[in-house]
Amino acid sequence: MSEAAAQPPIERGGWPGVAWALRRDLRLALRSKAELGVQLLFYIVVVTLFPLGVGADPTLLRALGPGVLWVAALLASLLSLPRLFAADFADGTLEQIALSPYPLPALISGKILAHWLTTGVPLAALSPLLALQFGLGGSELLALAAGLILGTPTLSLLGAIGAALTLGLRAGGALLALLILPLYVPILIFGAGAVEASRAGLAAGGELSVLGAALLVAAIGAPLASAAAVRIALD
Amino acid sequence: MSLAEFFAMGGYGFYVWGSYTMTVVLVAIEIVAVRKRFRAARMAAQPGENAG
Amino acid sequence: MGSNSINWFKFASPTSFFPVAGRLARWFAVLAAPLAAAGLWLGLVVAPTDAQQGDAYRIIFIHVPAAWMSMFIYLVMAAWCAASLTLNARLSAMMAQALAPTGALFTVIALWTGALWGRPAWGTYWAWDARMTSELILLFLYLGYMALRHAIDEPRRADRASAVLALVGAVNVPIIYFSVKWWNTLHQGATVSLTAAPKMASIMLTAMLLMTFAAWFYAIAVAMVRVRAIILERERRTSWAGAFVGAAR
Repeated sequence: MSEAAAQPPIERGGWPGVAWALRRDLRLALRSKAELGVQLLFYIVVVTLFPLGVGADPTLLRALGPGVLWVAALLASLLSLPRLFAADFADGTLEQIALSPYPLPALISGKILAHWLTTGVPLAALSPLLALQFGLGGSELLALAAGLILGTPTLSLLGAIGAALTLGLRAGGALLALLILPLYVPILIFGAGAVEASRAGLAAGGELSVLGAALLVAAIGAPLASAAAVRIALD
Repeated sequence: MSLAEFFAMGGYGFYVWGSYTMTVVLVAIEIVAVRKRFRAARMAAQPGENAG
Repeated sequence: MGSNSINWFKFASPTSFFPVAGRLARWFAVLAAPLAAAGLWLGLVVAPTDAQQGDAYRIIFIHVPAAWMSMFIYLVMAAWCAASLTLNARLSAMMAQALAPTGALFTVIALWTGALWGRPAWGTYWAWDARMTSELILLFLYLGYMALRHAIDEPRRADRASAVLALVGAVNVPIIYFSVKWWNTLHQGATVSLTAAPKMASIMLTAMLLMTFAAWFYAIAVAMVRVRAIILERERRTSWAGAFVGAAR
């Protein structure tokens, strides 16, 4: 037998890993456009439920609007999270991915980026339209969309940690919600706060900066934590 | 302070005793539950349970 | 403590820690009881009635220690989780597992007593103030940890996954607290000052300290009993467990 002198595995770089995972997951996601459409539809339905629940008084809706739109965005993100890892975990691909020469955090970052592009971005794009139903206007719409663009990646990043921790568990979705929603609270507070600030005539820059800072911290920490969680689930 | 005053807590008896009573109850439940758990674990660890 | 240093790693295995935990449980239970009695005596009987809040303020002798312990226990739990991940130690994970229910209990007590204090002090059971709202989120963090542990059958995966969760939670607790505080000032304005603890006469401080230590020692005692149960549950298949039970103490 060839003695197969232990060759060090070819280590590949981080950024190529991100690109590889991004391309792959985007391709897979775009194959099931229906699933993406359903997620968006869920967002619309949830947003529509609130006026049905509290009445159509315009003043009330204007006051509730930012919070409702943001909470619905959180829930829609939550719903789409299992998509990140579940399919790959079920058919064993995730194990292969973990063994690949690309660093796992980089691969996970690519996956999260793909998730955000197919979940968060459409949400942020659609939100101004839905916000009109709540009587929001002008600068509020801008603050809402900007906040969602800055905030939804963080939702995907934090959500990835939860998705990785709950891989393959029976309790699944509800457990994931319990784990992740407390972590979402700061994003919710500053996202909705940005809209309210612009409503009050103030620049929403402060709130948006906080969202940006949160994104930076999450972008570094979450892939590492998720990678650890994935390895824990795979062992 | 007389005993009656003690229980009345200046009119706030409901709140004060509601707090203290709930605390005692919860603590008692925890103590009972943890001891029960220990006893159950000890029973389950009987030599007969070990498949060897 | 004398010239012979304790070999701490001797106690790093669950089986050798087991009897130590038993002794610690007894000792701390014995210490907690008189501390609590003294604290309650000072707080309920000796301490004077407050000028503004009447006797309702006496709730703080439970509420504040409970709130402090709920946060302290979470930190200690997270520290054990960090140890379990870095040292790959089973016992560290068991300690975290043992602390969580007690931490959650203190959170519930803090929330309950906070609500009952809120009603007489500022008119409403739940005022969505920063501290109580953060405390509620802390309860969710505890419950999430316990739920994740419970959902994973394999003990080592449960150890590691819940450890990651606890650490992520610990990092987020200050972030959550400051966001909620910011949110609260935004929506409440400067109307009611909800830091309504009365100016502390020294006797009140003493009572609160006594109750805090009582709560702390109680928590240790309960956690020690619980960790013994956990050790028995998880080491069940070893011959040690059988031998212990045979010696039945």
